[in-house]
Amino acid sequence: MSQPTLEQKPEKDRKKGFGQTLWEWLTTVDHKKIGIMYLVSGGLFFLIAGVQAMLIRIQLMVPENDFLTAFTYNELLTMHGTIMIFFAAMPILVGFMNAIVPLQIGARDLAFPFLNALGFWLFLLGALLLNVSWFMGGAPNAGWTNYVPLSSGYEGSGIDFYVLGLQISGFGTLITGINFLVTIINMRAPGMTLMRMPMFTWTALTMSALILFAFPPLTAGLFLVMFDRIFDANFFDVAAGGNVIIWQHLFWIFGHPEVYILILPSFGIISEVIPTFAKKRLFGYEAMVFATILIAFVGFMVWAHHMFTVGLGPFVNVLFGIATMIIAVPTGIKIFNWLFTLWGGRIQFTAASLWALGFIPTFVMGGVTGVMVSVAPADYQYHDSYFVVAHFHYVIVGGVVLAVFAGLHYWWPKMFNRKLNEPLGKATFWLFLIGFHLTFFVQHFLGLWGMPRRYFTYIGGQGLDTGNLISTVGSLLMGGASVLLLINIIMTAIRGVPADHDPWDGRTLEWATPTPVPKYNFAQIPQVRGLDAYWLAKMEGKKDLPAAEPPGPIHMPSPSIIPFIMALGLFISGWGFCLHSFYEDSFIPYLIGIIGLVIAFGCMAIHSLIDDPGIHIEPSEHNKERET
Amino acid sequence: MQTGIKANQSASLPEHPERATLEGKNKVLGVWFFLGGETVLFASFFGTFLALRDGTANGPSGAELFSLPLVFIMTMLLLTSSLTSVLAVWAMQSNEYRKMQRWLTLTVLLGFGFLAFEIFEFVEYAHQGLRFSTSAFSSAFYTLVGCHGAHVTFGLIWIILLQLQGMKKGINLTTAPKYYVASLYWHFIDVVWVFIFTVVYLMGKVG
Repeated sequence: MSQPTLEQKPEKDRKKGFGQTLWEWLTTVDHKKIGIMYLVSGGLFFLIAGVQAMLIRIQLMVPENDFLTAFTYNELLTMHGTIMIFFAAMPILVGFMNAIVPLQIGARDLAFPFLNALGFWLFLLGALLLNVSWFMGGAPNAGWTNYVPLSSGYEGSGIDFYVLGLQISGFGTLITGINFLVTIINMRAPGMTLMRMPMFTWTALTMSALILFAFPPLTAGLFLVMFDRIFDANFFDVAAGGNVIIWQHLFWIFGHPEVYILILPSFGIISEVIPTFAKKRLFGYEAMVFATILIAFVGFMVWAHHMFTVGLGPFVNVLFGIATMIIAVPTGIKIFNWLFTLWGGRIQFTAASLWALGFIPTFVMGGVTGVMVSVAPADYQYHDSYFVVAHFHYVIVGGVVLAVFAGLHYWWPKMFNRKLNEPLGKATFWLFLIGFHLTFFVQHFLGLWGMPRRYFTYIGGQGLDTGNLISTVGSLLMGGASVLLLINIIMTAIRGVPADHDPWDGRTLEWATPTPVPKYNFAQIPQVRGLDAYWLAKMEGKKDLPAAEPPGPIHMPSPSIIPFIMALGLFISGWGFCLHSFYEDSFIPYLIGIIGLVIAFGCMAIHSLIDDPGIHIEPSEHNKERET
Repeated sequence: MQTGIKANQSASLPEHPERATLEGKNKVLGVWFFLGGETVLFASFFGTFLALRDGTANGPSGAELFSLPLVFIMTMLLLTSSLTSVLAVWAMQSNEYRKMQRWLTLTVLLGFGFLAFEIFEFVEYAHQGLRFSTSAFSSAFYTLVGCHGAHVTFGLIWIILLQLQGMKKGINLTTAPKYYVASLYWHFIDVVWVFIFTVVYLMGKVG
């Protein structure tokens, strides 16, 4: 089905067995393949956590329902939040970054392809470790925020899986962040100055900086919980001098920037999709860059707005409240710039652009409630109610998920060489958008009417019944939309026609590459002459971008199984430490834990000792390919 | 092995061999970013320690246990090792392989000296009743200082591995960035120790 190219050698392709294919994916260091793996595994976790959300909604459909027990409800609630944030939204965005950023900056791969693969496997195996908990003593059940002392002293073995699973995948995220920072700073094509970078690359850069400074506090906090639980430390044991607020601070110093880690690349996707389908340059590019950086910077100074009711005092609350309100300003700049980009544009209503257009008003609604909850005295009313649930679903689903779907339809042809079905994509959009507002709009009022967050049931006749029923019906529509998307993906995979290399008449460099994108992306690194480099070249009537270098041999890193084994080592280690509550007073859990660490560090040493000669691709080879 | 070294010594290296290739540039920048993240990690542990340092429950406090002469010796050992690691990098940059290996060996020895004192210190404290699970203070102390100790251990193993590699590969454009970033990391550990010395020991004794 796919276009035969010399590189793929179709004769050999057909003979490739399952084992060989599996080995190829396990050992790949190619950013495009890793991007696909992120997208597929992130998508899978999105479906799992989506099903968990539907179970939650079914439980809440009618008052005093006994569809789920309180315990299972807590497990589902915790896993839904944790998986959606860490193992669905983030990996999908990182997947887009992997697939697209090197193409957008005119690079052949990321700065550290080996670490890129390692980052992916750490994420996946960390996520699997968390999910193993279902089969070993139950899932974590202290909420995705995992507040102590509930989590450190009272809950069961599931918390260990939460702590170690997040720890392992957090390492992966951290090295991925560093990788993107170095890639974007050091590996841009000649002529691509910082102020000529596509918006998505800009947001990827800022998001990576956020990861670098936000994940270590989480790492530290998870260590503290782990030490309290496994090694009898006393960080959160007040009787022994501990302090439970430390976890809240560490968690939210990470947790709030995490929100921007998710939303900034989403803004980036919207900033790519809207100009492409409005057929106009992004309005106020410089202001967009400035706003992105400002959001990231101020995003580190607002964490205590999650803790208004803790009792930090009016001064602290006011300070963090004002900082939070300030964030609305750069965000507003972005909204207006998108609107002005659309203004006077020749808007094409493709599926991708519909998702982006739906994003704008929906996200604004989440932003408005965000300013509402930043008013500390009012927050005492909203806190821990469904109002907050509605607010953060408006920004995460109405913001991140709509943007991800826009990106999915937009970049699918570049990632998988085929266009998704457009009418089906539009139907998915309307079903999802209506389902979304039906689910969450009414939750604002449920919250104001007194429905608390995280309760597994409620008593009837208090004015909450109808609202909850509407909400559940809406969630079923969103579930239906996800099924439509799946059908679309399967149909495209089976019957889709190969896409053109530039199906949307794009503006940025990724659309200048042939489809399927060759291993090395660019036979010759392009010379960049301005913002929207490919659009400029097309406007000058050129088919190709000017090259910045003569044709020459291309050096690519060789595949390696070490990243997978290294991540597996940490998985084994984490699993071993999780066993401590099953084998009390036994050394076996610690032995397994240490063996896993030895495997991981051993792999690190082996990787350092063996130089990778890499693979050289001669000019004759890629010339032949260009001719086909 | 011997010929490899000679071949590398005769080959001329650019002025900054660690930044001469794109891979080298990437490595150096990547490690700088990594150290930025590490700074935040240690800052979190410092914050935790500061919040919990009076939470001694019924266990011993820092003022009762800490011995400044011991910590002074440890500080001197680690600071000197930072100096020797700079000298190693200078030798590397001027392509003097043997000199570099000598300075690296000295760095490793000083590092082991520091580590030995630290282990002695921890064992001594445990004997005096300050175990990891004694109080919130003890947990925070061992976590912060132990995390630093683990970083020292990791750095030592790293440098030794690089020395072994060097015996085969000498100094070239692939190995130069490795020596350079290991030295960056080693300095970072040193800087963290300066803060531990001040915040944990001096403030614990006097503040």
